[in-house]
Amino acid sequence: MKQKIGRWIIPAIAGLAFIYLLVPIAYIFVFSFNDAGRTNLEWRGFTLDNWQNPCGAPAVCESLVNSLQVGVVATIVSTALGTCIAIGLVRYKFRFRKLTDVLIILPLATPEVVLGASLLAQFLNLGWELGYTTIVIAHSVFCMSFVIVTVRARVSSLDPRLEEAAADLYSTPRAAFLKVTFPLLVPGIVAAALLSFAMSFDDFIITNFNSGTFQTFPKFIYVAATRGIPAQANVIGSAMFITALLVVVIGQVMAYRKRKRLEQV
Amino acid sequence: MSNTVMTKKGKIADLRSRDEIKAERRKERTGVYLVVPGLLLLLLFFAVPVMVLLSMSLYARPEGASIGEFVPALEFRNYATVLGSYWPDLLRSFGFALIATVLALLIGYPMAYLVAVRLRQHGLLQGILLVLLIAPFFSSFILRTQAWKQILADEGFVAQTMKFLAILPADGHLTATPFAVVAGLTYNFLPFMVLPIYANLGRLDTRLLEASGDLYAGPMTSFFRVTLPLSAPGVFAGTLLTFIPAAGDYVNAALLGNNRNTTMIGQVIDSRFFKVIDYPGAAALSFVLMLSILVLVTIYIRRFGTKELM
Repeated sequence: MKQKIGRWIIPAIAGLAFIYLLVPIAYIFVFSFNDAGRTNLEWRGFTLDNWQNPCGAPAVCESLVNSLQVGVVATIVSTALGTCIAIGLVRYKFRFRKLTDVLIILPLATPEVVLGASLLAQFLNLGWELGYTTIVIAHSVFCMSFVIVTVRARVSSLDPRLEEAAADLYSTPRAAFLKVTFPLLVPGIVAAALLSFAMSFDDFIITNFNSGTFQTFPKFIYVAATRGIPAQANVIGSAMFITALLVVVIGQVMAYRKRKRLEQV
Repeated sequence: MSNTVMTKKGKIADLRSRDEIKAERRKERTGVYLVVPGLLLLLLFFAVPVMVLLSMSLYARPEGASIGEFVPALEFRNYATVLGSYWPDLLRSFGFALIATVLALLIGYPMAYLVAVRLRQHGLLQGILLVLLIAPFFSSFILRTQAWKQILADEGFVAQTMKFLAILPADGHLTATPFAVVAGLTYNFLPFMVLPIYANLGRLDTRLLEASGDLYAGPMTSFFRVTLPLSAPGVFAGTLLTFIPAAGDYVNAALLGNNRNTTMIGQVIDSRFFKVIDYPGAAALSFVLMLSILVLVTIYIRRFGTKELM
């Protein structure tokens, strides 16, 4: 009897935890169909209007476009620079490696408020106007540490003998890198880029410190929260969710097919 | 070092050919080129800003200065002033973050264990649950926090039901309480706890559990003596990834709490920067927060850290 309880207790706790995790997401989705008017606080009936007219509420779509722009640029910058650092750290020896390591880890161990506040102090000191540029810089910096950690794990898991084998087959170091190492790193780099984009797109605290009057999507929701968030924000949130879900599911299915194909060979 | 020998006169002779040395130098240069651009970004927009923050925390406000006007100084009293006023908020932030971390561990471990170990033979279900684990990352965290606020609102279904069942007094609230803030923190950082533990348990060799079973260990003993110690690095990473952002968070406190019993230090820093325009005070509080977290994390790593992590 005791054994039986033991077998079910973990799935039971985990099941409740999954519900806890997913309830707000379901709530956002359901309330994207609410015939809400200005404040989307209580259920007033089902409508498709919000989905047909996602830019209907003022400033929702502008803030979304702003967030997408910041996210794309910050992702490109942080992924490019972070990948270079990750490869450099694992594959090459040079002085100041320890210092570099500390500089990479420290932003990860620093709460966002402090990152945001210190950058704000810097920008105030430099006299830079807060806006698009300052947010892109802030996002690039904090995303880069995550890129480095993700890609570095991938680089260290590569077998260095692969490059040696390429060299034995008369490949130049450059060709060995481009044809052997880099293709093997691509999944790690893609994962890092997706992570960067997600973090940049969803960031509120650092953005709030360094954006001035520039509106991003999370900032728009936070500001609107005091008055009531328009249902269109739920539409955009749900649409982003579905898109990301599809990307991940398709990616998983493709990876699964590839594995199957390789197993058959 | 194997390329050098000590000669009789005590000098170090290099046994490598000139070409080899050149290749080595070239390699070192490539490494530097790869690292320098990103490192510059980190130096200019992380290391220097932290120094600027430190110096700003010591600025003084001259007599009769206008709002937002400060002069560089070494005003250490700034620290005493802000700590004197805001130490309860600092302590509360760490308290909330600690409770949220423990709760996230208690909830998150069974989730990670179910997906990584129990469902190992069920690829499809495992894949679906894994996607559900990262699903929160696909949706805006402020929207989700706001959703909690509405779910727990006074006129909402949950509060009404709890009042009906007399679990909650008729004039009680769920939002604007420390309970709501801690629940929000736990919720928002739960995936950061689960994913490292999941990654770790995914590598668990289940034959070890069979072996401990063969040695007459019950399931509980097997868990506490085999599974849990082996997953320690995952638990360690998860607790850090939960505690650090939770301690500095203020979105949960602002949306789900927003009264004096729930103020977290991030809110104070934000309002001193933007509402009170007290840059030195805000900078001092930020610096105290950063330093306390670094100290706590260092102690934690020393005490429980494993080599695998560093």
